[in-house]
Amino acid sequence: MPVKVMIPSPLRPYAGKRDSAEFSARTVGEALGHLTTEFGELRKHLFTEDGKLRSFVNVYVNDEDIRYLAKENTPTKDGDTISIIPSIAGGCGSLYCSCRLYGMTNERARD
Amino acid sequence: MAETSALWINGPIAEQIRAHGAETYPHECCGALLGRDSTAVPEINRGKDALAPAREILQLFPLVNRRDDSPRNRFSVTAQDVLEAEKAAGAQGLEVVGWYHSHPDHPARPSEYDRDHAWPWYSYIIVSVQNGAPQDMTSWRLNDDRAEFSPEGIEIRHRAAV
Repeated sequence: MPVKVMIPSPLRPYAGKRDSAEFSARTVGEALGHLTTEFGELRKHLFTEDGKLRSFVNVYVNDEDIRYLAKENTPTKDGDTISIIPSIAGGCGSLYCSCRLYGMTNERARD
Repeated sequence: MAETSALWINGPIAEQIRAHGAETYPHECCGALLGRDSTAVPEINRGKDALAPAREILQLFPLVNRRDDSPRNRFSVTAQDVLEAEKAAGAQGLEVVGWYHSHPDHPARPSEYDRDHAWPWYSYIIVSVQNGAPQDMTSWRLNDDRAEFSPEGIEIRHRAAV
């Protein structure tokens, strides 16, 4: 029985609208590698340009956050479920607001 | 910049978002947008002049801003919060189709920080709160290439929430 990877709603348009995919994999990294090989458009949403998982991408094996296991080296066994869970962040305080993209005045953050 | 999609929201829900922004001022508020994506909205219910594809917001799931260290210019929603929001949506046959937050004393425009941390597909509503009073409210979707957001037209609907 392979490992099942659960795909969150915002990424399904890049995965053939599927909510899950199954792969044979010995680690989380291997499973995510298979996932992004099969669905190449997912890669930029999951990984930074230098290949690290984006900070707001949370990955669980069954109910365990891989940050508290061995991260992407976390071993998997047949029948495991890998879940990709978003966390959400934002705010107005970057150095310059991207409002300049829309023809507005640059704004400096207050802090 | 052309609006490429439309977000339907009823008046009371739009007011709830504004009120949440005023309530937490000068800190940022945040919450989930529960609703239905266009594929689940029957064509017959779309107005003739509605922009397509439409997405409909039917409920809010207000959340606590987890950024205790910098709540005036940052918000954070944990994975556990996301799961709770999805559970609440699923219990009513809805899904989490986006997120809202406020920009205290800043325009209702996404920041670089917003873009860098955004997910595709979700609608991101931003309400500007100036001196404690809610002002403009806009909605945005991250482009496929992650390079920038596209504006999403907000259409105020007059119908009861589920």
